[in-house]
Amino acid sequence: MNNFEKLVEINNIKKYFSMSRGRILKAVDDVSFYINKGETLGLVGESGCGKTTLGRVVNRIYQQTEGQVIFEGKDISHYSKKDYKGITREMQMIFQDPYTSLDARMTTGEIIAEGMVIHNLYKQKDRTNRVFELLNLVGLNKEHINRFPHEFSGGQRQRIGIARALAIEPKFIVCDEPISALDVSVQSQIVNLLMRLQREFGLTYLFIAHDLSMVKHISDRVAVMYLGSVVELTESNDLYKNPLHPYTQSLLSAIPIADPILSANRQRMLLQGEVPSPINTPPGCKFKNRCPHASGDCSEEAPILREVSPGHFVACHLVN
Amino acid sequence: MSDIMSDVLGLVDIPLEEFGVLGKDEYVSEVVNRPSVGYWKDAWRRLRKNKLAMIGLCIIIIYTIMAIIGPWMTSFSYRTNYLMETNIRPNAQHWFGTDVLGRDLWARVWVGARISLFIGLVAALVQTFLGILIGGVAGYFGGNLDLVIMRIVDILSGIPFLIFVILIMMVIGSGLFPIIITFAITGWLGMARLVRGQVLQLKEQDFMTAAKAMGASSSRLILKHLIPNMSGVIIVTLTMRIPQAIFTEAFLSYIGLGVKPPMTSWGQLANAGGQVMQVHPYQLLIPAFFISTMMLALQLFGDGLRDALDPKLRK
Repeated sequence: MNNFEKLVEINNIKKYFSMSRGRILKAVDDVSFYINKGETLGLVGESGCGKTTLGRVVNRIYQQTEGQVIFEGKDISHYSKKDYKGITREMQMIFQDPYTSLDARMTTGEIIAEGMVIHNLYKQKDRTNRVFELLNLVGLNKEHINRFPHEFSGGQRQRIGIARALAIEPKFIVCDEPISALDVSVQSQIVNLLMRLQREFGLTYLFIAHDLSMVKHISDRVAVMYLGSVVELTESNDLYKNPLHPYTQSLLSAIPIADPILSANRQRMLLQGEVPSPINTPPGCKFKNRCPHASGDCSEEAPILREVSPGHFVACHLVN
Repeated sequence: MSDIMSDVLGLVDIPLEEFGVLGKDEYVSEVVNRPSVGYWKDAWRRLRKNKLAMIGLCIIIIYTIMAIIGPWMTSFSYRTNYLMETNIRPNAQHWFGTDVLGRDLWARVWVGARISLFIGLVAALVQTFLGILIGGVAGYFGGNLDLVIMRIVDILSGIPFLIFVILIMMVIGSGLFPIIITFAITGWLGMARLVRGQVLQLKEQDFMTAAKAMGASSSRLILKHLIPNMSGVIIVTLTMRIPQAIFTEAFLSYIGLGVKPPMTSWGQLANAGGQVMQVHPYQLLIPAFFISTMMLALQLFGDGLRDALDPKLRK
């Protein structure tokens, strides 16, 4: 991959939150990856591992503690408020909870048109047509334009959220668990909508989720996060066929299988213990207290993400 | 099997050619039955269904109209002493009777209503404005500014109200204007706390993040997102503040710190009537009736408004 194709690149991003009594919560700890143009990078991990924080750092809602965010070759890590407004046209976000992400006092039309108003796109009259166009694009009706968010179902609200993100024609969208608050039957509709839109408009996604089978469906590459760090990053088929990190292996073995016979016969890899607190992480590998293969090396030195086969990155001492 | 079924159901073999596709609606995805209704229109529709709130609203409107036209309905002035006709009971000439000094009570009640309602409304509006401004700044910008503002609020709310009133009246004298200033200075504290709490709660919500991620400026975030989302709480508190201000003014009049005679207010009328309560009870009962019904009306209306403005209660 040459440099030109990378749309978003983050280098050594750290995001620490200071807590009371001088404690520091390391939400994201030294993460680097890139996303190519038109690609979907899935980001998976359990609750509280820093996925959302990372997504918000990439989208410039949070300022990183350390590190670089590069968008289209420009370093945007230290943009001022004025420059930030320009960036918001290129990057948008879809939120997890469709019930809190829409302003309850605005009509659908106002919500979708807000970005166009802020960036002064289109004339007044064209905006309405554009809203109709967007409603149609995400599978809603023209008549919905004057309705309020609470009159819609969860799936419909998420469609409004998607239309809002698309209104200003961004190149890159951070999807922050856009399906986890929805019914299973609606989840696939939304994922298919996102995939269709990606094909039509050449969008690039950072798709944050914890549903592994959904992530496999939508992503080109997948990054697995554990306690603020990326432990494995590879192409999605490769990850599912050949997981190398013990954490990824255990995650994959937890995916439910629809076939009862297969399900009964498979070897499940259950993890012992709890996730350590991100406030006082012990030195060495963060996964060592739950890892079935942990050895002496693991408690001394934190493993770094290295390429073990082309395009397959793992952070584990035990993988050769 | 199929023979048995067709026997049981009395079906005969239907030749395949008689089946045909009648057509299907592929593109009619959803029919919208209900016309789209605006937020305020919908709130009004719900308010109208609430009988108690509507009774309250009617009382408020009637009293307001009477405060405007009431004093002109009688030929007697609120300030003229008819010394031959003191303490007359309500009759055809003096509809509410006259007081100790022979002044017509009908005229005095409605002139008093002007003062009481004016103080109530203006004091509540000024308090609300200051409360939103100061509480909003503290909540939105947060950090040290928030800390300083809220400590000032804590200190001010520790000082008893009456000391405030006496101090302010010592400096700028008593009367209508000083009363409103006193209410404005003391009343915004609670409103500021309320607004700050609301802002803190709302600013962490995803729709605020979404607007920020869209590049919205601070003024847009405050005017378009924060204030409309707080409007329900603010309006309800406002309607609760009006009776509070009327009541406080009545109390101040009672201890002689209110408006100066011959100007009057409901509180002052009740005060004057209280002194002759045992001989001329109507002089207390009439202003007391108007004060209490107005309080009740505002409380009922405020309650109904809160329910009407909450979109979650929509049916």
